[in-house]
Amino acid sequence: MSFGDWIGQSENLVFLAIGIVMLVAGWWVVTTRNLVHAVLMLVVALAGSAALFLLLGAEFVAWTVVLVYIGAVVVLFLFGLMITRAPLRRDPVRLDHQRRWPAMAVAGAVFATLAYSTTTFFGWAEGGTVERNLTGDVGDLLFKRFVIPFEAVSFVLLAALIGGIVLARKDPKE
Amino acid sequence: MTINQFLILGALLFSLGVYGVLVRRNAVAVLLAIELMLAAVNINLVAFGSLLQDPLRTGHIFALFVITVAAAEVGIGLAIVILIFRNRSSVNVDELDLMKW
Repeated sequence: MSFGDWIGQSENLVFLAIGIVMLVAGWWVVTTRNLVHAVLMLVVALAGSAALFLLLGAEFVAWTVVLVYIGAVVVLFLFGLMITRAPLRRDPVRLDHQRRWPAMAVAGAVFATLAYSTTTFFGWAEGGTVERNLTGDVGDLLFKRFVIPFEAVSFVLLAALIGGIVLARKDPKE
Repeated sequence: MTINQFLILGALLFSLGVYGVLVRRNAVAVLLAIELMLAAVNINLVAFGSLLQDPLRTGHIFALFVITVAAAEVGIGLAIVILIFRNRSSVNVDELDLMKW
């Protein structure tokens, strides 16, 4: 399939737009000197991933990303930034290491390995028609076939809640 | 839609996250880059679940589990960062060399 055929389908055009926005936002997250801007650009990247999930027919996962990530995790990050007095643009504190080229080389090698191996082993799957309205199926599976992992994950969340409280509170003896 | 386009986008976002983890000094920025990597993994999982015609929808279910574990990880990670800031007045990961011999 040539690029002209590929881009001729409207959903691929939407994919390309969302992908470019996500990549620019991701680049901004890892390079900006203002950490508050980095968190806000992470919101853009995660909203792009939610849009891709809608494109793939995974409505429930998409809205879970919006609720959990954009609603809760990002607010948690902003609190963490404010509490730890993160460097904003005007501060003289360096936010990055000096040695960027080794990091870029490692990231490029990771990209080459991942892209080569995944497209080689799964590229045979010519995605057919995407099914819509899967939320009922996912709910059924979550509470029948995958109910034990579901309960295990809820226990992990409880442990994380208690652990977060225990770690972040002040020691009463001091 | 082919599956390769999602795999390439996921690999690109994951390598951006790897770059961020390696190059950032601030611990909160490192956690942000880890979130980027988890988002890339979710894209791959949902693409597999939707395009491989899997009747069990394993990709979607595991994306939900990844989101949950990521929320727990951010909560614990930020609690540890706040604790480190309280003890050492800095969250720069290259200054945390107390256990270096």
